[in-house]
Amino acid sequence: MTMRILTVDDSQTMRDMLAMTLQGAGYDVLQAENGQEGLDVLKGAEVDLIITDLNMPVMDGFDFIEHVRSDSTHNATPILILTTESAGEKKERGRAAGATGWIVKPFEPEKLLGVIRKVSP
Amino acid sequence: MDDLEQFKQTYFQECEELLGDLEAQLMALEDGDRDVDVLHAAFRAIHSIKGGAGAFGFDQLVSFAHTFETVLDLMREEKVELTDDNVSTSVRAGDILADLVNAAQSGDQLPADHGADVLQALSVIAGGEAGAPAAESGDEEDDGDLDDLDFTPVRIDLEDGAAPPADADAGDAAAPDGPEPELDDVGAPAVYRVTFRPRTEMLQRANEPLLLVRELKELGTLTATADISDLPPLPALQHDAAYLSWTFELVTTQDLMAIEDVFEFVTDDCDLSIEMVEDTSTPDADDAAASPAPAGADEAAEPAAPKQTTADAEAGETSDAAAKPAAGDGEAAKADAPKPADKTPEKKDKAKSQAAAPAVSAIRVDLDKVDRLVNMVGELVITQAMISQQSDQVLADRYPDLVRGLEQLFQHTRGLQDSVMAIRAQPVKSVFSRMPRLVRELSMQIGKKIRLEMSGENTEIDKTVIEQLNDPLTHMIRNACDHGIEDPEKRAAAGKPAEGTILLSAEQRGGRIVIQIVDDGQGVNRERVFAKAVEKGLIAADANLTDEEIDNLIFSPGFSTAETVSNISGRGVGMDVVRQNIQKLGGRVSVRSEPGKGSNIILTLPLTLAVLDGMIVRVGGESYVIPLTNVIESLSPQDGDISMVAGGGDVISIRGEYIELIYLNQVFSIDAVNGAQSNGLVVLVEVEGGGKVGLVVDEILGQQQVVIKSLEENFDPIPGIGGATILGDGNVALILDVTGVRSLQVQASAASAAEKTAAIQIEECVA
Repeated sequence: MTMRILTVDDSQTMRDMLAMTLQGAGYDVLQAENGQEGLDVLKGAEVDLIITDLNMPVMDGFDFIEHVRSDSTHNATPILILTTESAGEKKERGRAAGATGWIVKPFEPEKLLGVIRKVSP
Repeated sequence: MDDLEQFKQTYFQECEELLGDLEAQLMALEDGDRDVDVLHAAFRAIHSIKGGAGAFGFDQLVSFAHTFETVLDLMREEKVELTDDNVSTSVRAGDILADLVNAAQSGDQLPADHGADVLQALSVIAGGEAGAPAAESGDEEDDGDLDDLDFTPVRIDLEDGAAPPADADAGDAAAPDGPEPELDDVGAPAVYRVTFRPRTEMLQRANEPLLLVRELKELGTLTATADISDLPPLPALQHDAAYLSWTFELVTTQDLMAIEDVFEFVTDDCDLSIEMVEDTSTPDADDAAASPAPAGADEAAEPAAPKQTTADAEAGETSDAAAKPAAGDGEAAKADAPKPADKTPEKKDKAKSQAAAPAVSAIRVDLDKVDRLVNMVGELVITQAMISQQSDQVLADRYPDLVRGLEQLFQHTRGLQDSVMAIRAQPVKSVFSRMPRLVRELSMQIGKKIRLEMSGENTEIDKTVIEQLNDPLTHMIRNACDHGIEDPEKRAAAGKPAEGTILLSAEQRGGRIVIQIVDDGQGVNRERVFAKAVEKGLIAADANLTDEEIDNLIFSPGFSTAETVSNISGRGVGMDVVRQNIQKLGGRVSVRSEPGKGSNIILTLPLTLAVLDGMIVRVGGESYVIPLTNVIESLSPQDGDISMVAGGGDVISIRGEYIELIYLNQVFSIDAVNGAQSNGLVVLVEVEGGGKVGLVVDEILGQQQVVIKSLEENFDPIPGIGGATILGDGNVALILDVTGVRSLQVQASAASAAEKTAAIQIEECVA
């Protein structure tokens, strides 16, 4: 089964770049523009991995992760946070919310794929 | 493939939206809004711009955005106070950011120190936290070398190791330093002992011990021993709790960092120790792989898999797990791994500058497709009108259901048309949002204090109109700043607040959009305008004009009153160009002004360029469409209402007002079917600048919505004609441009006057 990844980012550029990299590597990609949309997508679809931005309007990445973790269908889905802040604070908040790991923007495709392999079965 | 180029385009479109957004937030800050949401939104905009800029290697942009973002971050965390100075620095920083984005888009090189003063100011606010630009991009990203970022998918081979060689392309200098494990490192193998005890939190964050074990195994030869002593009896077992711990012996040529990197995401959620036990032992790969230990690791990891039922995970059932030791050895992982695609997107050299189209929608559709749809719907409307015309009373009596169906079809067609038009509509915000910056820059440049207020930014209008609105609007705002608003001293003398105000507003009124630019400046100087118009030969020195007519002279071709041509608005093109541009869009522009109090420029624009509500009239054997927005009323004049004016044409007296008449059959040289003028009908229309004229026609055929077919593709602009349409009966009707018709008439009478003069001169010569 092809692995399906949900990407959540308010930037179209970032979504496009993620999609290209991920689809190029053979993954199925679903997209959402913010946390709320992400939750909506998750209501209707099973995903194997979530990649989310942190700074987003409507619902930010931290809230999104907390919601996902508190919901039994996806509480065990790996969640990677996408952040330009490699500095500790954001990572720490992301981890506290329940993030599995992080990807530092701007990402190199192979690094992104490496991180995905690191957290996905 | 042109992926990178495409991403760039998306990025710049997005930047435009983000910059608009940022601008709005900064304006709010400037206006004293201290809501933390404003800061959040501003931060987000900068952050997103920075994110994309990093991916494309716009280093200058990245470092500026980073410093800017740091400041806003400190502001929203209330570590930096929102003083007026700090806010104004932020506003300036917003401008610089826009410059940098534009430069990145056009490929222009800005001087390296562009905005250096602002950057410096930001750094001071940030308390030096942001530091030198060079330093921060380094500490933030692993890859200092953004220029060489490429989108080449790299083949992944799980057999060989965890990480694909980063420098697959030898020419590519992207050399990730730091924790990237380098597998081609052929140092002497060493033996590490790793003890690893996951805590429950680790599992709750969906980190899977099994995956870590696999990753560790990829570094070398792994021997794992699981400690299952903490495993509770089955009834007490919680599926998401951690009970197991491991001791690994890893023989690898990799260094300590590579091993630590495996546990990157879990270091804080587990007890971990890594120590080197032997330096140059001989690796015993075969033995290690064959040993039952990996199987143990595999089995032991399984309770962590959250979807696992408790029964499956029952402790002690090692035989099951032992049956599939392969899972621990990369085979399964390889099978699962998605195949890397072979395509190699090429990196393009330079961003073409493109007409940036801000799109707020969730779906991006090629404009051509939308236009095709608009055209098809246009044809549908025409066909529908044709059918409607055929349905008469007889038909209605005989086939009532058919006629009812046709009526419904009519409704639906209309609905469809509205919906299709709405696709092309966009909020005027995208144009309006560029104006605050303009005003700010201008006011600094010319030493006036000007404040821009805006309203109705969400009013929607056709995309084509929006795109072409920028220049005229910019020009009019410049004008208002330069000529309208007075110097602070002058304002003080006039008893006005030192700060001038310009109000830019948009609203929908009927089928049109009305955009107004209201300033509280000095208004139009009528004496000067009049004198200038006489000097330029636009009007006769003894012309008797109303105030309104004088004001609107500023739109006459070649008119410019500024005595010293400033470098702001006096650039050779004047308000006449503005008017031309607006007219091209089917719009009108006029000005109302009150000396000393200010002026109000009113722009009215059609909602869409594709259809218009028209009155169909007959002149001789021809049909014409008069845009309904121009029509005031229609009447059938009585004898005596019309009188001749000496030296001019006819006028009609309506309620005591004399209005010039234009005989369309004369203007368009149509043989009159209905010769007697008094039998004709007069359609009273409004022309630009507020004047009225009466168009004499033979018959009014009806009102209907018509689809505008442009003539400009095939013909030069025709004075007096705005376009054409196909009527329900299949005939083509020309759409009148009433203002154009009026100028035709003026020219015609001027010509006949000139003829007369010439004739007199000839007579004089003869005499």
